[in-house]
Amino acid sequence: MDILIQVVTSFIAAAGFGIIFNAPKEALWKCGLVGMLGWMAFFILTLQGIGEVPSTVAAAFMIAVISQVFSRVYKAPVIIYIVSGIIPLVPGGTAYNAMRSFVTNDYNMALSYAAKAFMVSGSIAMGIVLSEVISQIMKQSRLKRIG
Amino acid sequence: MEIEDMEQYLEEQYDMMDVCLLAGKIMLESGAETYRVEDTMMRIAKNYGIKESHSYVTPTGIMFSIETEEPTKTKLIRISDRTTDLKKVMLVNSTSRRIANGELDVAQAYRILKRIYKDDETYSHKTRVAAAAVSSGCFLMMFQGSWADFIPAVIIGGLGFASVVYVHELVLIKFFSEFMAALVIGLLAAGAVAVGFGQELDKIIIGSVMPLVPGLLITNAVRDLIAGHFISGLSKGAEAFLTAFAIGSGIAVVVTLL
Repeated sequence: MDILIQVVTSFIAAAGFGIIFNAPKEALWKCGLVGMLGWMAFFILTLQGIGEVPSTVAAAFMIAVISQVFSRVYKAPVIIYIVSGIIPLVPGGTAYNAMRSFVTNDYNMALSYAAKAFMVSGSIAMGIVLSEVISQIMKQSRLKRIG
Repeated sequence: MEIEDMEQYLEEQYDMMDVCLLAGKIMLESGAETYRVEDTMMRIAKNYGIKESHSYVTPTGIMFSIETEEPTKTKLIRISDRTTDLKKVMLVNSTSRRIANGELDVAQAYRILKRIYKDDETYSHKTRVAAAAVSSGCFLMMFQGSWADFIPAVIIGGLGFASVVYVHELVLIKFFSEFMAALVIGLLAAGAVAVGFGQELDKIIIGSVMPLVPGLLITNAVRDLIAGHFISGLSKGAEAFLTAFAIGSGIAVVVTLL
């Protein structure tokens, strides 16, 4: 039941972000799908006790790969699909806790939350970079086959 | 006769440049990655028979020059207003594809791009606010909130996004409107919890703030940095950081008051 709620809400949230960013109407369900798959990857990995940072790398990687597949299939810029998927991974909660600890003068907690938020943001970037590397390798191998 | 030919040739060169620059301008203003803007412009130029062209794109301006038998022509346009409109990015992208297939001549392409440029945003403000509201509620559930807080998060998230949209129309300082939106969210959430309408203040605030998160900027900053566009990547990263800072300070004010 808990998983089902996550599936439905993450789909709607990502599709909603598609609307906020003015994505074309026919792309909205794809935005939702990308967001849902990425969030479920993150959710299930963290549920298995894997740390937030590796889970985020895996989820961001998955989002970027699916987005690139969508962009090839539907001949649309990859950014349309990737953005809605990435948003749920952004460490809003951790950043909030960091800010809250700073305001209440609890600098030890604040710094550790801030470091965590920074690490998670870095892992989002890492996931995107990894998928970009794979897509370039694929592109080059295809060029070699043709040429 | 020869002079007339020459003049027509020159005019066409400029038209072609206008097509490239307009395509680049629309893409950059709508939130495309820098490398895509440069790539699209150079592709269009190549498809219209220009062997060598150079483009230099930053988030605030485009420089574009083409080399022909004539002396090199260079144009610069300033980009002052940036929004997020992924549909326009897609439309320009498909127009560039059609140009590559040889379906459009310069005049046709210019007319199509002009129409895309003048188009309204795909969704009205109301639709986007409603989407932000529903997303806020969903984010609350994704972050393990309880159903009791769902309705408060929907209302507060919607009002928060509405304030960023409408305050930005009044004051053209992005960080101020984001700060105000975060302040509105924080105050409303604290109020809702105080009167017993909501339960967990933290969860409601986090869920409602999510629509303000600079997701596109973060993604674009990373993708630009990978592609070697360091100036664009760093400035987009700085913009994302400032946005996050504005949101954080808005919430911080409320937390301090509590």
